[in-house]
Amino acid sequence: MPELLRGHGVSPGTAAGPVVRMPDPVTEPQAAPAPADTEADVARIRPAMDLVATDLWARAGKAEGETKEVLEATAMMASDPELADLAENAVREQGMPAPRAVWDAANTFRDLLAGAGGYVGARANDVEDVRNRIVGELLGVPAPGIPDPGHPFILVARDLAPADTATINPERVLAFVTAEGGPTSHTAILARALGIPAVVSCPEVLSLEEGTVLVLDGATGTIDTAPDEATVTEARQRAARAAARNRRWEGPGATADGRRIKLLANIGDPAGAQAAAAAGAEGVGLFRTEFLFLDRGDEPSESEQAESYTAVFGAFGEGTKIVVRTLDAGADKPLPFLDQGEEANPALGVRGLRIGLAQPEVLDKQLRAIAEAARSTKADVWVMAPMVAVLSEAQAFDRHAREAGLRTTGVMVEIPAAALSAREMLGAVDFVSIGTNDLAQYTLAADRMSGPLAALNDPWQPALLRLIGMVGAAGEAEAKPVGICGEAAADPALAPVLIGLGATSLSMSARSLSDVGAVLKTVTLQQCRDLAALAKHAQDATSARDAVRAALPALGELGL
Amino acid sequence: MPERTVTVGSKSGLHARPAKLFVQAAAKQPVKVTITAGERTVDARSMLGVLSLGINTGGTVTLAADGEGADTVLDALVKLLESDLDAETPVDA
Repeated sequence: MPELLRGHGVSPGTAAGPVVRMPDPVTEPQAAPAPADTEADVARIRPAMDLVATDLWARAGKAEGETKEVLEATAMMASDPELADLAENAVREQGMPAPRAVWDAANTFRDLLAGAGGYVGARANDVEDVRNRIVGELLGVPAPGIPDPGHPFILVARDLAPADTATINPERVLAFVTAEGGPTSHTAILARALGIPAVVSCPEVLSLEEGTVLVLDGATGTIDTAPDEATVTEARQRAARAAARNRRWEGPGATADGRRIKLLANIGDPAGAQAAAAAGAEGVGLFRTEFLFLDRGDEPSESEQAESYTAVFGAFGEGTKIVVRTLDAGADKPLPFLDQGEEANPALGVRGLRIGLAQPEVLDKQLRAIAEAARSTKADVWVMAPMVAVLSEAQAFDRHAREAGLRTTGVMVEIPAAALSAREMLGAVDFVSIGTNDLAQYTLAADRMSGPLAALNDPWQPALLRLIGMVGAAGEAEAKPVGICGEAAADPALAPVLIGLGATSLSMSARSLSDVGAVLKTVTLQQCRDLAALAKHAQDATSARDAVRAALPALGELGL
Repeated sequence: MPERTVTVGSKSGLHARPAKLFVQAAAKQPVKVTITAGERTVDARSMLGVLSLGINTGGTVTLAADGEGADTVLDALVKLLESDLDAETPVDA
């Protein structure tokens, strides 16, 4: 294996430390041979379940809020008497080995829960987690989930699921490297949210020995698998410098020559709003409202919605800009009360504003609740619609929003058609905000969750940057704001390029604010435009990135 | 066998926190209690069983128990189910 590996850098920063492998996921155990001693296999089931339950209770004891509630419910599932009965019967009556008996019994309950839909349906994943833990215990393989070796480490995994990433301790995990996953995968988004360097889409890492010391660069995606002592020391010093700077962003965001660029946060719930305010965000560039709608069977009432929006807006001072995105649901994240049915291709299906206009009562209720919360908190609330393709949709959304009493309306630019019609869109609404993740996915026709397509689904793709440039030019011509709210804005090398392309504000994970803010301070608006021209006219994403990095030495000085 | 039919009072139905509190309360009782919704009957000490009934707020369930003290046990659990367990301080059972 070569000493230097190259993956896809998705969260900037340097890290040096030993590899710890994420245990492989537990898979369906063999149904044969039948146990030689049936009762001995039966007798193993309950103790294994109790051990798993004890571990989950202990973890629940250390957790708080919703995580605690979920862990407690999961602990109760692990020692569930009906699950034990069902599994024991399968061993006794069908001669099933204990691990497979537990597997099948848990699946029976998982299917029942999934069939119930709503909140209960969402717990089906928890049943699978419990199943894997009990089966792992019976087979004597490491428990699934993030390992804890008791010292800081670089986590190497095939891929990370949202459930794994929820339990990550940023004090212990120095960096992530995954074999699969793209720049907009859960791993990438979480790594940026936690401020942990990460490289994805690097299959060779799976053959690294546990304990191998790596030096990794989360911006360029390079991994040194045999670093000398000096390299390790230097990398550790860089990481320490970045950590010291990362604590809090002291705004406001501006270029070296004083052009104001608001640095805003992407948030998804009231807790995120608190964290963003604490991190020094100048406001919110993307407030995802799905949290209110997921995990439930019915539609939240207007007053319940208004209460939650008030909690979010209230986290910031009066007059703070907060951009709210209306409900962005689709067949891949179905909501029971919307009655959407299945779609062969949900990314290209009835989603976002397309649902809002088909079922306007849901949209209107949400808009009225947002307007009410805006009035009571005196926040400067802007609303925007997701998944807009044509002008008539922008006009319709503007009408609905104004009828609800909202003054500043906009649309997301996620579909190439919207980017190509940016001038017309800006004639109908007050602002646009570019969702770079989806715009990349639709421009390159590459599923954003696909590991093998990570290189296509790259925010540095020159074609994508040219589209963003068209939107920026339209904003300038109409003298209206163009925000960027995709993960691209969190890349400190790409941020100046986006400004150069005409973006007037950048919205990102709160953790990225200080990195992006520090880089912006080192460049003038003209330099941003030059960098944008370099990137836009590059032959491919890699050369665009390399050219900009070469022209921006400040990145290296900042440890980015 | 003593039985009680009760309307679930919690705002979120018998999911999440209400399901947890109910199952924990049932597990503390000296006799086995079953809970029935529609045609399915499950052990009230089973989190998976209770969740899989998919009871929403205002839904009705039937509790049944047998043996010494069954009536007292059922009364306490009925009181618990009728209350709003999403509220911060639930009725003790």
